Amino acid sequence: MAAKPKLAVFKFASCDGCQLSLLDAEDELLAVAGAVEIAYFLEARTQTVDGPYDVGIVEGSVTTEHDRQRIRDVRRQCKYLVSIGACATAGGIQALRNWAAVDEFISHVYARPDYISTLATSTPIAEHVTVDFELRGCPINKYQLVELIASLLKGRKPRVPEYSVCVECKRRGTVCVAVAQGVACLGPVTQAGCGAICPSYNRECFGCYGPKEQPNPTSLAAHYAEAGSDKMHLVRLLRNFNAHAPAFRDASDLVESGAASGDATEAP
Amino acid sequence: MTEPEQANHAHAFLLPDQLDALIERLREQGYRTVGPRVVDGAIVYRDVERADELPHGYIDTQDGGRYRLVRDEDAGAFDHVVGPDSLKRFVFPSCDTVLRADLQDGSWTMTPAGLPDEPVAVIGVRGCDLQALAVTDRVFLEGPYVDPLYEARRRNMFLVAVNCRRAAATCFCHSMNTGPAAGGGFDLALSELADGFVVESGSAAGDELIATAGWPAPDTARLEQARAQTAQLEAEMHARDGVVRDDGAMSRQRSLDTEGIHDLLLGRLSHARWEDIGDRCLACSNCTMVCPTCFCSSVEEVSDLAGEHVTRERSWASCFTAEHSYMNSGTVRKSIASRYRQWLTHKLASWHDQFGMSGCTGCGRCITWCPVGIDLTEEVAAIRD
Repeated sequence: MAAKPKLAVFKFASCDGCQLSLLDAEDELLAVAGAVEIAYFLEARTQTVDGPYDVGIVEGSVTTEHDRQRIRDVRRQCKYLVSIGACATAGGIQALRNWAAVDEFISHVYARPDYISTLATSTPIAEHVTVDFELRGCPINKYQLVELIASLLKGRKPRVPEYSVCVECKRRGTVCVAVAQGVACLGPVTQAGCGAICPSYNRECFGCYGPKEQPNPTSLAAHYAEAGSDKMHLVRLLRNFNAHAPAFRDASDLVESGAASGDATEAP
Repeated sequence: MTEPEQANHAHAFLLPDQLDALIERLREQGYRTVGPRVVDGAIVYRDVERADELPHGYIDTQDGGRYRLVRDEDAGAFDHVVGPDSLKRFVFPSCDTVLRADLQDGSWTMTPAGLPDEPVAVIGVRGCDLQALAVTDRVFLEGPYVDPLYEARRRNMFLVAVNCRRAAATCFCHSMNTGPAAGGGFDLALSELADGFVVESGSAAGDELIATAGWPAPDTARLEQARAQTAQLEAEMHARDGVVRDDGAMSRQRSLDTEGIHDLLLGRLSHARWEDIGDRCLACSNCTMVCPTCFCSSVEEVSDLAGEHVTRERSWASCFTAEHSYMNSGTVRKSIASRYRQWLTHKLASWHDQFGMSGCTGCGRCITWCPVGIDLTEEVAAIRD
């Protein structure tokens, strides 16, 4: 390709951790900067180049009317749009508001609630515009981000598996915390990508990478409940960074309503 | 590497503290010594340099989706059974680089991975896992294509088996004729007694080790005791098929009726039970990862950003993922039920067509390490009804 592809990074409601992953890719950063023109990336440089862009990377969720308008403009300017991180792909931890009365907590938190203009929900980018690829994680894995950029440069499919965290645990030889300790772990329903960090430190998976392909969280939650896990603990486990991801959201609602146990998933 | 069993292999008797001598001998011969160790609440294979690193005084209680280590002061070094690890990890590692390709001055240089040459001695291998090795030998060595990486690792192995004197509730080797005695394919087999170990050689390498160590032969009484305790366990396993055991897990002793299983499973592909399993199954792949005979892998090219340095990597894959049956028109086995059916019918039925043997060894790992405790013995029984 003659000119280097123009890369833009946009931020919505988020903590900045995911775009920081790009700056954190120390060994690869110079290569990235050599391969693409970093045209718009406010966290990295104040100088910006106007669109259109070849690749747009979007971090964060849509939580305001302003966001809702801006994401449409971003989409129009980007040939290929990638959403990165739990906020952009599932609404993030701030999607807990989707189960709460927003006006009520604003009135508790802010001295002048009338200054706050926000939507009642936090929603992923793909609920607003067409997204070409979603890179999961809270935060994303920098190696997956570099792999994604490399795949775009070469026009090939990125190596971003959609299987469970369990595959990573078993490959690395980590003992299953759910089976060996009876801890409710989301690994069997969560997408791989983190390298199974938490189980390798003897902790359960918190579902940072969101639901894996064809997850079955209802069966898993029913099993944990039967084995003695507290129902509300399971609800909170599912309503974490990826609370609004449909599979986790629906399963958490089912568990909360009590419908998850005693259905077809009951162990024989 | 072991050879076909011969009648006149050596026997020896080791005092409890002579296990160290066995490990030492193997290390002197250049083997990396691996054995069972307690790690994060389970007994797994790790490097072992001294006998006191072995899990003396631990037993494992196992059930569907449940594994717990229990202290038992009467337990010996090998009274646990199988954990999540198997020999698969040592002959077919979870990730392996098979090729490197580097672009320099406009041309590619391909460098196949060097053959692994580290000799590994594994201590504590059970009958079911020796059979699993026979299965993977058939797959990787005895077909039209020989896997050079597997072959190199396999040739460099020394296997110290253990004849089980205890079974977990998930064990059903007695149904699959793979245990609890180590049937063959080992270099040495240990039987743990109250006052030491009866050692039986199964290969020339085992004979040589016993001869050079100068260990005495066991007396007839101990030899008989060693045989009797495993035979007794096998009889007990048959006697308590399906009976609830009271050993902490309060679980049934598993068994599998293999009579006509090939035609049974392949003749009931529309049985309602498959969909029922599909509702419970997580398609998380744990069963296939812990199965000592599941040998599927995916091979991918991993490149740097510029695409100038590429490694071809092979890693464990699973028929429970959508990618596994992906062809250019999409995923063939779309439902979880269809994937479970594929796995079970392959393991227990079409494996016979493909390899002339069962793909299941009765080790029970897939039952224990399924996060929701799906039990293949129970599913087969339900499909049989």
